[in-house]
Amino acid sequence: MNFEIPAFLPALPEMFVLGMACLILVIDVFLPDNRRDVTYGLVQATLVVAAGLTLWLAGPETQITFHGTFVADPISDVLKLAVYLVTFLVFLYARPYLMERDIYKGEFYVLGLFGVLGMMVMISAHNFLTLYLGLELLALVSYALVAFWRDSARASEAAMKYFVLGALASGLLLYGLSMIYGMTGSLDIATVAAALQAADEGMNVPLVFGLVFVVVALAFKLGAVPFHMWVPDVYDGAPTAVTLFIATAPKIAGFALVMRLLVEGLGPLHGDWGDMLMVLAVLSLAVGNVIAIAQTSLKRMFAYSTIAHVGFLFMGILAGTETGYASAMFYIIVYALTAAGGFGMIILLSGRGFEADQLDDFRGLGQRSPWFAFMMLLLLFSMAGVPPTVGFFAKLAVIQAAIGAGHVWLGVYAVIFSIIGAFYYLRVVKLMFFDAPPTEEQPALNRGGAFATALSVNGLAVLFLGLFPGLLLTLTHYAVAG
Amino acid sequence: MFADWPILSLLIWLPILGGFLTLAAGRDAPDIAWRLGLAFAGATFLASLFLWIGFERGTPEMQFQEFTSWIAAFNVNYHLGVDGISMPLILLTTLTTVLVAIAARDSVKDRLAYYLAAFLIMQGLMIGMFSALDAVLFYVFFEAMLIPMFIVIGVWGGPRRVYATIKFFLYTFLGSVFMLIALIYMYLQSGSFAILDFHHLPLPMTAQILIFLAFLAAFAVKIPMFPVHTWLPDAHVEAPTGGSVILAAIMLKIGGYGFLRFSLPITPDAAAVLDVLMITLSLIAVVYIGLVALIQSDMKKLIAYSSIAHMGFVTLGFFIAFMIFRNTGDWDGASLGIAGGMVQMISHGFISAAMFLAVGVLYDRLHSRNIADYGGVVNTMPWFAAFFVLFAMANTGLPGTSGFVGEFMVILAAFRADFWLAFLAATTLILAAGYTLWLVKRVIFGEIGNDNVAGLKDLTPREFLVMGVLAFFVLLLGIWPAPLLDVMNATIDHLVAHIAQSKLPAL
Repeated sequence: MNFEIPAFLPALPEMFVLGMACLILVIDVFLPDNRRDVTYGLVQATLVVAAGLTLWLAGPETQITFHGTFVADPISDVLKLAVYLVTFLVFLYARPYLMERDIYKGEFYVLGLFGVLGMMVMISAHNFLTLYLGLELLALVSYALVAFWRDSARASEAAMKYFVLGALASGLLLYGLSMIYGMTGSLDIATVAAALQAADEGMNVPLVFGLVFVVVALAFKLGAVPFHMWVPDVYDGAPTAVTLFIATAPKIAGFALVMRLLVEGLGPLHGDWGDMLMVLAVLSLAVGNVIAIAQTSLKRMFAYSTIAHVGFLFMGILAGTETGYASAMFYIIVYALTAAGGFGMIILLSGRGFEADQLDDFRGLGQRSPWFAFMMLLLLFSMAGVPPTVGFFAKLAVIQAAIGAGHVWLGVYAVIFSIIGAFYYLRVVKLMFFDAPPTEEQPALNRGGAFATALSVNGLAVLFLGLFPGLLLTLTHYAVAG
Repeated sequence: MFADWPILSLLIWLPILGGFLTLAAGRDAPDIAWRLGLAFAGATFLASLFLWIGFERGTPEMQFQEFTSWIAAFNVNYHLGVDGISMPLILLTTLTTVLVAIAARDSVKDRLAYYLAAFLIMQGLMIGMFSALDAVLFYVFFEAMLIPMFIVIGVWGGPRRVYATIKFFLYTFLGSVFMLIALIYMYLQSGSFAILDFHHLPLPMTAQILIFLAFLAAFAVKIPMFPVHTWLPDAHVEAPTGGSVILAAIMLKIGGYGFLRFSLPITPDAAAVLDVLMITLSLIAVVYIGLVALIQSDMKKLIAYSSIAHMGFVTLGFFIAFMIFRNTGDWDGASLGIAGGMVQMISHGFISAAMFLAVGVLYDRLHSRNIADYGGVVNTMPWFAAFFVLFAMANTGLPGTSGFVGEFMVILAAFRADFWLAFLAATTLILAAGYTLWLVKRVIFGEIGNDNVAGLKDLTPREFLVMGVLAFFVLLLGIWPAPLLDVMNATIDHLVAHIAQSKLPAL
């Protein structure tokens, strides 16, 4: 048997991030507590350099290496860049929050970096096992991060829930993949697709049986109804800095998971998984938007709103067209960026011993800080899908894809629920602008120049991308078309 | 001579930029904010005069067009242009904003810079909406406009402002998303979001009816028609004076504009089938809402209901066209109804703005909108009373005022369709006279009602200026409407010729 040395170059960013994560882990051990900024700086520098490497290696061609287990193509380049960007923001926003709770530890950042590695592996996987490897790396990091604040009982409880349900979902995924392996004889994504293409009708029942488990696992991981129960509890229980992390970049990786698994691997079964995603989308849109209205905690509200957004994401994917995939990709990148800003706002308002995660904590923000209230306004209207923010174009793109695929009723259904959704976003705007600030002392909104700048850029980006949505749309179309 | 200048872009972005500058410069200095805001509103108004001067009469073509690619992936373009329908509405917008900015000095004490900024930004968005020739661009402006209005009502409004503003936002949002679905559907049929391409897109009857209903959901809420009018009295009553003025003078016209730009030309066959529904709803608005207005005890609410009744006249004028054609086979009479509706929209813009400003003048002094708290105002505020009576007469449609011209044209058109329709429509004159004159009687005339009224001061020079300008236009339009009709005629004739053609695909 010949042993070829695979091409390492396409995986350079992954190798770099892995090396740096290990290195920073060692360096951090030798740092005194007051020098944690070194760890922070190194982690952020790693992300920047990784972005540089990805950009340097980016090209229109598809490179498959490591014996068919790893792929570097335009969609992976774009998604990885989005992950770096969002994670960079997340780490930046998390810093003051961690400091105030005396958990500004190297572990948060090193674990986060390993999480990024897991996402990168998922994004670039070309084999079901690689995909699973990346997913588990990310999942383990997420469990650890949620439990990271040892003194918080709620965080520990959330971590337990997250771990049990996450492990269950991973098991389901493996089970489903093994069924598909049994029917097609391969774990390689391209080979599976080819085998399915050639398969006759008789193979369908066991394949669809396996597919059901795969889709259920995906729904668990992304938090689609009816597999969404963990989302609000984990979002609410985890420290805001961690919620910020798990609510943003992993959604982008989750999109990659769906793309690699369902679209590239099981594409010929589109007729089956398209219907399953439709059921999930319909339920997610309804449950997410309606239950969000009843929340008094902003983190829980965002959790339910995430569920609704996943419904929109599925709407784009189930269309089964290139436009649909590009729209879904656009949607998820926009969502990650907007959610990062939203949780960033919660951190902005929080302080030592004060979480600012209740809706009432936003009362009167328009008077306390008009500028940041304006930023929050932009973020909220973007989530609600009101022009001229980018959230509108994200919704426009997926609805158009769904209607283009012949699901006009789904488009109508989605807009009805986005009106219901608009209500709870508006309520926050109402609290910020129409109500007086709370009388008791609030922590100052001073978070340092970098934080304020990043949050402002984040908020304005939502507006800018809304005024010029063509840039990102063209990029996602290019990525999907490959 | 001005046709090549990007006047429309200037009109859109100048006030938006001005809004942000006002906000930045005048946060802690109301004087500077007011001067700056007024300067921008004034500059925009002056710039809009170039539209009036440079507008070529006698052609239905879009003028002052601008075209740049915006979102290539969806074939969405930054395409602007005006015709005889949109141009007068843009002028109405720029003029009204100037008046609102002037009036703000006396009536807004709290956060004046924010107030002016919101109105300037809203102005830019409204002009953008009137001049957009691309459906997505139109929709973006259409929706974005809600944000500043939402904040204006919510921050400076009356006691129930939060309820009113959320109702306002959700109602209008609800209507417009169905329109979005219709626009996407037509994009997928035609491959373009250009409104003028939609005009020529053949559509089967079922699709036309659904699209018509989607547009109806958007525009009926906006104009507003019975039975989706209930947000308007709430929003009007709770909004600050400036908010009510812009709502009544401009925002309601957006619904009417939408009917002319979208519903009629895109789905003429559906409109011809459903015109009885539209006419019925319009007449209900005219008669029933007119009766509702009679019993109001709140001045702003009364004027709000009167606005709905007047808007019923506008939709009646637009949709009676099809009935005239069916009954007489003649499309000439049809253009009379549409032109009457347009004149009515412009005229109502002036009159309702004037009425709300007048109520604002009283409210600033006594902080009450209750009719019962006034009486005998003429004794202490003679100038104000003179203006108020003039505007009230215009509201009832007295010949010589602008209110008469539009109503007369619509009633004349209604006669060609059906005598009883015209009869019902004409009851508006009686009802309007009833509620308006009774309002005048209770507020203006009679003995001085109480000590508060006895202490009233007459108009300040600023208020006098605002009232005077509006009175000028109300009379001008009433005595000499020809210039306005000249601008609109070619476009309306073209529109009528267009809707006379069936758009059903050939079998």
